[in-house]
Amino acid sequence: MVAHLLRLKLTLLRNGLRRSPWQLVGMAIAGLYALGVVATLIIALVLLRNAGPVAAHTAVVLGGSAAVLGWAVIPVVASATDMTLDPARFTTFAIPMKQMLAGLALGGLIGIPGLATTLVALSTVVTWSRGVLPALAALAGACLGVMTCIVLAKVVTTATASLAASRRFKDISALAFMVPMVLLGPIVAGVGRGISASTGFLPEFARTLSWTPLGAPWSLGGDIASGRPGQAAVKLVVSVAVLGALAWCWKLLLERALVTPPYAGAGKRRGGRLGLFGVLPATPAGAVMARSLTYWLRDPRYSGSLVVIPLLPVVLAFQGTRTGSYGSLAFLAPVSAFILAWSISADVSYDNTAFALHLATGVRGVADRLGRALACMTFALPVVLVFSVGYVAFTRSWTGLPGQLGFSLGILFTGLGLSSVVSARYTVTVPLPGDSPFKKPPGNVGQTLAVQFVGMLVLMVLVLPEAALLVVQAVTGNVLFGWLNLAVGTILGLLLFLTGIRLGGRWLEARGPELLAQVTVNR
Amino acid sequence: MTAPIPGQASNSSPVAALSIRGLAKRFGGKIAVDGISLEVPAGSFFGIVGPNGAGKTTTLSMATGLLRPDFGTAVVHGVDVWQRPLEAKRLMGILPDGVRLFDRLTGEQLITYAGLLRGMDKDVVAARVGELLAAMDLSQDAGTLVVDYSAGMTKKIALASALIHAPRLLVLDEPFEAVDPVSAANIRSILDRYVDSGGTVIVSSHVMDLVQRMCDHVAVVAKGRLLAAGTVDEVRAGASLEDRFVQLVGGHSHTEGLEWLRTF
Repeated sequence: MVAHLLRLKLTLLRNGLRRSPWQLVGMAIAGLYALGVVATLIIALVLLRNAGPVAAHTAVVLGGSAAVLGWAVIPVVASATDMTLDPARFTTFAIPMKQMLAGLALGGLIGIPGLATTLVALSTVVTWSRGVLPALAALAGACLGVMTCIVLAKVVTTATASLAASRRFKDISALAFMVPMVLLGPIVAGVGRGISASTGFLPEFARTLSWTPLGAPWSLGGDIASGRPGQAAVKLVVSVAVLGALAWCWKLLLERALVTPPYAGAGKRRGGRLGLFGVLPATPAGAVMARSLTYWLRDPRYSGSLVVIPLLPVVLAFQGTRTGSYGSLAFLAPVSAFILAWSISADVSYDNTAFALHLATGVRGVADRLGRALACMTFALPVVLVFSVGYVAFTRSWTGLPGQLGFSLGILFTGLGLSSVVSARYTVTVPLPGDSPFKKPPGNVGQTLAVQFVGMLVLMVLVLPEAALLVVQAVTGNVLFGWLNLAVGTILGLLLFLTGIRLGGRWLEARGPELLAQVTVNR
Repeated sequence: MTAPIPGQASNSSPVAALSIRGLAKRFGGKIAVDGISLEVPAGSFFGIVGPNGAGKTTTLSMATGLLRPDFGTAVVHGVDVWQRPLEAKRLMGILPDGVRLFDRLTGEQLITYAGLLRGMDKDVVAARVGELLAAMDLSQDAGTLVVDYSAGMTKKIALASALIHAPRLLVLDEPFEAVDPVSAANIRSILDRYVDSGGTVIVSSHVMDLVQRMCDHVAVVAKGRLLAAGTVDEVRAGASLEDRFVQLVGGHSHTEGLEWLRTF
């Protein structure tokens, strides 16, 4: 039975890859990336063989604990649980619980994260191959550690399954996850500084961790190598007990989950609140705008970018404090304008097959384009204005304001026009409605990359006049060019905006059915 | 074959609510629809039946302007769907099967959106939304996001979105799937009244019993081809529609094999 479950998992994996060659490419890229990380870690662990026992023990225990923590936390917050062997699908098959648990646990090893963890864990055996006993202890520790990772992940995902099935939790966790992702640079720098400032403290920390379920299995090899067999024995007992307790918890949770499927009901709510539909003009374009704005607020795939924008100045300012020059803040407004304008370039792909409503109602292409662009403009314009003025106020170089504004507005208007054309013509692979913003389905990677790259190139060409004027002002120091830039950015930008709306509208009407057929592929 | 020749029912009469000619579609190497011609008389309650994968959804998508046909034409009340799509779509209310909805809107917002997209007046939309919600028994959940609806409720809200502009032709792909019996009865009485007052309804389904009771015309489709079309009585030719359907499609394997199923 265990072998059956493993074979099932492999078959599912192979058939999934067979469905589209691009999925194979995606898997290969992810695999290469993982391979790089794994290779680095393995080399580091092999090199640690020659390091002092304390340093090696500290590194292995800290790394191992981090891995266990990662397996517990990441599947929940990223809602990226691997559900190929979802226990709920086996309810009707009457598989003995013990065999099912073993099969599912071993099945968790198949896949990139499982393989990577196993390989890295096994290389700790090399680190402790300073004798037969330490190596054997490290091997036992590695096996226990990896199984703890897998079973802990299963316990956490099973326990939170009904929570994770609720839409609200998914939305909020996706947004919450966005914040550390954006602030990754500052966080890593901060942690790095913290570690280098407290190297003396780390071995102590590792020793403490090694008594907890997180670090106990990873400590076995080091304890034996350092001649602490008594401690190693206690930690072995801790590890085995923890693994057993986790498996028992998993069994209980699974037994309960199998008879009580996740319930994601929501309370009844009477109507009467049209929201933005009641506020904006009751025209097709106004309705599209209201719908888009509602999505910007309610759909984490959109509101993700809204969370990122206020964090941008934080990241750039952080760089400023480290380098001492705040020059990069000059890019704040133009970059935000670009991100926001470009964010609607995949609007139809984000609609997915819901786009059929636009097609079925026969809404004019121009109304569709204009509504979406105006929705984005509603908050993009204030953001760009605030960032431009904020930067100029911060650096007290008020003469730079017109140029900065002209350049940023030029990018915003031109970008919105270009996005309106791009999204009417090309579809790209984006997370599906209701999925986490991080979960890109396999799809036409080639076209996605080409559309992004060529689109940005075209945008660069289109805003050349504004960029040139910005450079000329910087070289000559003449404010006149700044004012000129403001005029060009506004007038040329709006002209290109309207051109984009009209062209995109025409293409949308001509190729609506083809567009729907393309998004249907990514269903 | 005693069934009428496809498309003969009312040959190219000017009153045809929907007239499709030689529609064909190929997906890669698979021919999904292989030249279907059909006349749907105005004021009829028209059922399209066929086994899974027969090409019902593909045919209806091509007839309603959602999927461009490789060959053939579709004409709604004299307006060519693929030559003058915007005009043709004003005449049609469409409930496609297997597409998502803008499900982060509330039910009320979604119907309003469908009305406003069609350029309807705000007050008319508001009045009709209230009535449609009541008719679909969704007033209690009008403010709930569609993503939190059950499958049946989602079907009903999509149907309401297709009705809001009072179309002359309704094309409903599997409208009763997952809908509870009470709601289904309500919807049927709405559709009956709609047909009585001159509207035309096309439904696809594989529930033969339902089609036999509800529709006055029926077309049988299998493997991308039209096997029979006409009034329900013409097509079923004295037998029940279900028996006639199985006979036409010819997929009944009777009781051969599976003997072990009776041995326990």
